Amino acid sequence: MSQRVPIAEGIFTWPSEDPRLIGSRCGACQIITFPTQDSCPRCASTEMREQLLERRGRLWAWTTQHFPPPSPPYAGPTGEAFVPYGIGYVELPGEVKVEARLTEADPERLTEGMEMELVVVPFRTDDKGNEIVTFAFRPVD
Amino acid sequence: MDVAIVGVGLHPFGRFPGVSAIEMGAIAIRRALADAGVEWRDIQFAFGGSFEVDNPDAVVALLGLTGIPFTDVYNGCATAASALMLTANTIRLGNHELGIAVGMDKHLPGAFTADPRNYACPSWYGELGHFITTKFFGMKINKYMRDHGISHATLARVAAKGYRNGALNPNAFRRKPIPEEEILASRMLNYPLTQYMFCAPDEGAAAVVLCRAEHARRYSQRPIYLRATTVRTRRLGAFEVHSPWLPIEETCGATVDASRAAYEMAGIGPEDVDVIQLQDTDAGAEIIHLAENGFCADGDQEKLVADGALEIGGRLPVNTDGGLLANGEPIGASGLRQIHEVVLQLRGQAGDRQVPGSPKVGYTQLYGAPGTAGVSILSV
Repeated sequence: MSQRVPIAEGIFTWPSEDPRLIGSRCGACQIITFPTQDSCPRCASTEMREQLLERRGRLWAWTTQHFPPPSPPYAGPTGEAFVPYGIGYVELPGEVKVEARLTEADPERLTEGMEMELVVVPFRTDDKGNEIVTFAFRPVD
Repeated sequence: MDVAIVGVGLHPFGRFPGVSAIEMGAIAIRRALADAGVEWRDIQFAFGGSFEVDNPDAVVALLGLTGIPFTDVYNGCATAASALMLTANTIRLGNHELGIAVGMDKHLPGAFTADPRNYACPSWYGELGHFITTKFFGMKINKYMRDHGISHATLARVAAKGYRNGALNPNAFRRKPIPEEEILASRMLNYPLTQYMFCAPDEGAAAVVLCRAEHARRYSQRPIYLRATTVRTRRLGAFEVHSPWLPIEETCGATVDASRAAYEMAGIGPEDVDVIQLQDTDAGAEIIHLAENGFCADGDQEKLVADGALEIGGRLPVNTDGGLLANGEPIGASGLRQIHEVVLQLRGQAGDRQVPGSPKVGYTQLYGAPGTAGVSILSV
């Protein structure tokens, strides 16, 4: 039976009614990273602890992707199946700016500073028929 | 110890089926040697840069197996800046007196890619399609345009200038002017950047012969002095390529750091520079880099471009040989192509694209993944 499988383990809570991104916080200098890492990029401490991130934030920078990125490493739809998508950094207040797909690809509907919220969306179907899902951000109405 | 450039050589940039990168490198070296009036056997050491060629030093098979120390370097889009800096520093250290920096590459068409894990990025980042440089450039200029009031028309004007200058350069890849309307109407790749606003990976080679400054007149009637070469990598908080996340705190990019260090090293300021080469991976990058290298305040580009200040006859001539937009980017060679052009300009040998008024100070800047920049300052 096909399942909804996350693109990678340990980057967002799944399965979940209320998925959250999984970051890490440095115990020494308090910087937050996404995804988790074992050592701090600011102070080199190894006291990194997992932290669930805020679900809402503001769009800090964005663009659109109108052609399939080179494969590998890109594993998503190509050719006729490719659909342009938005991509950007969402600033989660007081935490971190996360780079993510956006559910909106129309430049007319994207504005720096707009409120965004985390969602989990289909990315591709693997050869076993499983739906691979990823985190993304969608504009809050 | 001061260092002088006494010879420059270039294999044209473009696509050359059947010609290997090593062969292009050998041609560039022979041209640089001829320019300096020296033989390969006179060269005491070399640094070679390439992305596609594991061992650029293999070029000795085509030039002569003289046994010299020949060190290969790769440093992303700043590869050529690194090769140049190391060549200059080897002379400054007093180890050798005459050396050569060479860069060569032969890329397939299409955006660069790699294994994201080799850039300290997770695999899923690449699977999702995030591991691509073009969308970074789209995001950076899109944000810059909103924050500093730059228009789409200005992007098109900068790209059109690149192709117009390329048409004057017999070594350029793209030698046909493209009207601004056509640039704006070309296929959207990463909003707001269209196809003709991006450079393309291509093929080519360039070489530069350097010596101790006090020996320069032995080799050249018009030696050009290398006043500074710097390479910097990003600091935490800079907005850079291949970043799955950024901290809340913000700081300036690697280009700003490399630029400030170069001005300090040279004792020269942006107001003294007469001819400029900037990394124009895309038209937006040229606009941003103009400010990041101290040539204007953020937002002033809108008027500068409209007034023609970046043209060959303007106050701030930028990418007089067409830059990356018209020459494409063979990574290992790109920065030495910039040096080649600035040296010709400072010697007054740039022909149809010569900057008027006998330019005396030139400036070059490289920038690329994963947040590495190189700057050089040259003077007569």
